[in-house]
Amino acid sequence: MAEQHTASDCKQRASQGAGGSVSGNGRPNTAAGCGGGGGGLSGGLTQPAGWQSLLSFTILFLAWLAGFSSRLFAVIRFESIIHEFDPWFNYRSTHHLSTNGFYEFLNWFDERAWYPLGRIVGGTVYPGLMVTAGLIHYLLNLLNVTVHIRDVCVFLAPIFSGLTAISTFLLTRELWNQGAGLLAACFIAIVPGYISRSVAGSFDNEGIAIFALQFTYYLWVKSVKTGSVFWTIGCCLSYFYMVSAWGGYVFIINLIPLHVFVLLLMQRYSRRLYIAYSTFYIVGLVLSMQIPFVGFQPIRTSEHMAAAGVFALLQAYAFLQYLKDRLTKQEFQTLFFLGVSLAAGVVFLTVIYLTYTGETPNLPDSVCFRYAKIHIPIIASVSEHQPTTWVSFFFDLHILVCTFPAGLWFCIKNINDERVFVALYAISAVYFAGVMVRLMLTLTPVVCMLSAIAFSSVFEHYLGDDMKRENPPAEDSKEGLGPNIKSIVTMLMLMLLMMFAVHCTWVTSNAYSSPSVVLASYNHDGSRNILDDFREAYYWLRQNTDEHARVMSWWDYGYQIAGMANRTTLVDNNTWNNSHIALVGKAMSSNESAAYEIMKSLDVDYVLIIFGGVIGYSGDDINKFLWMVRIAEGEHPKDIRESDYFTPQGEFRVDKAGSPTLLNCLMYKMSYYRFGEMQVTLDFRTPPGFDRTRNAEIGNKDIRLKHLEEAFTSEHWLVRIYRVKKQENRQALDHKDLLSVLI
Amino acid sequence: MSSSVISVISRFLEEYNSSTSTKLKVVDAYLLYILLTGALQFLYCLLVGTFPFNSFLSGFISCVGSFILAVCLRIQINPQNKAEFLSTSPERAFADFLFAHTVLHLVAINFVG
Repeated sequence: MAEQHTASDCKQRASQGAGGSVSGNGRPNTAAGCGGGGGGLSGGLTQPAGWQSLLSFTILFLAWLAGFSSRLFAVIRFESIIHEFDPWFNYRSTHHLSTNGFYEFLNWFDERAWYPLGRIVGGTVYPGLMVTAGLIHYLLNLLNVTVHIRDVCVFLAPIFSGLTAISTFLLTRELWNQGAGLLAACFIAIVPGYISRSVAGSFDNEGIAIFALQFTYYLWVKSVKTGSVFWTIGCCLSYFYMVSAWGGYVFIINLIPLHVFVLLLMQRYSRRLYIAYSTFYIVGLVLSMQIPFVGFQPIRTSEHMAAAGVFALLQAYAFLQYLKDRLTKQEFQTLFFLGVSLAAGVVFLTVIYLTYTGETPNLPDSVCFRYAKIHIPIIASVSEHQPTTWVSFFFDLHILVCTFPAGLWFCIKNINDERVFVALYAISAVYFAGVMVRLMLTLTPVVCMLSAIAFSSVFEHYLGDDMKRENPPAEDSKEGLGPNIKSIVTMLMLMLLMMFAVHCTWVTSNAYSSPSVVLASYNHDGSRNILDDFREAYYWLRQNTDEHARVMSWWDYGYQIAGMANRTTLVDNNTWNNSHIALVGKAMSSNESAAYEIMKSLDVDYVLIIFGGVIGYSGDDINKFLWMVRIAEGEHPKDIRESDYFTPQGEFRVDKAGSPTLLNCLMYKMSYYRFGEMQVTLDFRTPPGFDRTRNAEIGNKDIRLKHLEEAFTSEHWLVRIYRVKKQENRQALDHKDLLSVLI
Repeated sequence: MSSSVISVISRFLEEYNSSTSTKLKVVDAYLLYILLTGALQFLYCLLVGTFPFNSFLSGFISCVGSFILAVCLRIQINPQNKAEFLSTSPERAFADFLFAHTVLHLVAINFVG
């Protein structure tokens, strides 16, 4: 916080000192001095530009350090471990890359996932993250700095957050000025909306993708401003990195054509724009198709058609401009008419050809997605796909969400080519952030930039020195701002920034630093109680089961089982095969005999479930059970009906009044096996078998399993593993019958 | 109507011949050559079929890319546009052209399979 105060104050004085003439000491003392900078200015700096760049470098370095350190809460509280679910798959792939080499990784067919189908990892993953981590690991080991690949993966996102801060600084400097750039860098280093996906341990695509996004946008703005092919090729290479890193590259390939189109509409066409976009589109197109996962999508799917359309439009527009310069008005009009009719004819023929061959492009993605969200249970069940609430906006962005419209207004008021870009970026990002919570991440960089512009303009206006202006107002005139109002406004702004920094750190510490693999609870006296059940169970699996054993569990835990226990799983978080997941869901929701048939057909050796009834953990499988039923019902509507699992009154109850289908299904039996004898709380008034998560005494207390046997239950009963018994031997023939058959 | 179109086109060709410098005419001849090559590739694809698709795309996009880069070069070295490209000397424009071609062709070679 102190660094923010001094930094913003100092840089304003430095830029004032460098820009304006050096006059006397008639400046109001608006805030506490900032050491050498303040004292030296009144006497005249020897090299103001030098001081300015030193200050910028220091501020950016401190922003990097702040961003890095504020992401380390989980590592300090627990240990350096990969968090959550998706990062475990990324870690496993990176491990495979670092041990087996690049070509093995690109052509990897994983037969230990989605048994018995397998997964083509090389063609269904964005390799940028793994290649980046693998490359850093390789380079460090080449220099004999022997870092383990897990540590590289854990700390990759915090390091890239510093790079994001620097690229945001560069982008905002192109849009406004250096002061705004430095503010933007400081904002994005600590803002919670970005931290949520890039803490140490969260080894996921977004950690590097936001850096690639900002850098690509910076190079794009630079190439539109200069019209140089060199910057454009740089932009294409950065775009290639972004395509390899995240599926969100579609945002870039739609925003940049939109920007070009809006500039055309605003009559701001220029040759620089033509050079920048044409080169970017073509070279970017062929670069993006090098990623196996993207393949031929850029010329087939509808989400890439806008870029192609704008490219064709721009070629036509540029050619017509060229003709217009050389012909008279009438001649141009005849040619224009001819050209338009030719184009209409070509379009008409293309449409007929496409409809005839049946290769019409898909429905617009947003329409499809909205339909899919409601009707496909798997997509609807993911919590990150829910619409965003107002609370999330404030929680993730704090004061920035209030000041960013002001920044947008400043940009629109002083419009030029690049500010059109940032206005479009802001509007589209706001729309997407309103649709899905997960897309708050794309809103965060533009909010940081525009708020920085707003703050920078306010500071410039209120910290500016009246005496240094061309025509300084007279002492008693009404123009100019009095020193009182200047200090009050500056103080208020600085207080807001301080509260922002405090809020960011608090949110990071409390909300976004949980590893999800290790749970911690705090007792009355403040001491910590660690629940390490997950790792205990996965490690038991790793050490006590056969190497080729197959584990069935719900898809949430697939990546963790594959990563930590190193066993073959049936379904995992990739969720690419809905029918396979529905089969697993059907097995969990049927009674034991029907489930045994399914498990036999899938060669299942172990079943793993999460049960939170003993400690009151609300993310367990019984709470997710209705989603399993819904997904199974989607594929097997005759066997599974959701209404069967509710009471006649329509309630979902696990006690004696619960529906018999629920009380006899496999999931219920596995969760509550032997739970009836367990005295859960120390208070002996609660009966044994009291489920703390559902706050109910369970219905069936004496559960007997016929085809499964309990293999392992972790310390707090969080993870329960069951072994699937082989079929019993057939009945032996009686001796008397045997003799009678022979004789 | 058609006669006026023909007269417009012939007048345009006449004006083009007289007012463009030799340097730009060389670039324009190169542009025409690239255009014909691209058209031939597309025609071949229509006749013979799209297998293997990546090879066709690689060749076609490298044609379109060379065309676009040559147009950019022409824009940047045209003395009429000097006001817009103050910081870009013709030598710098040509160097950028070569750099862009290196990147484009490296990717095309990787893609042709």
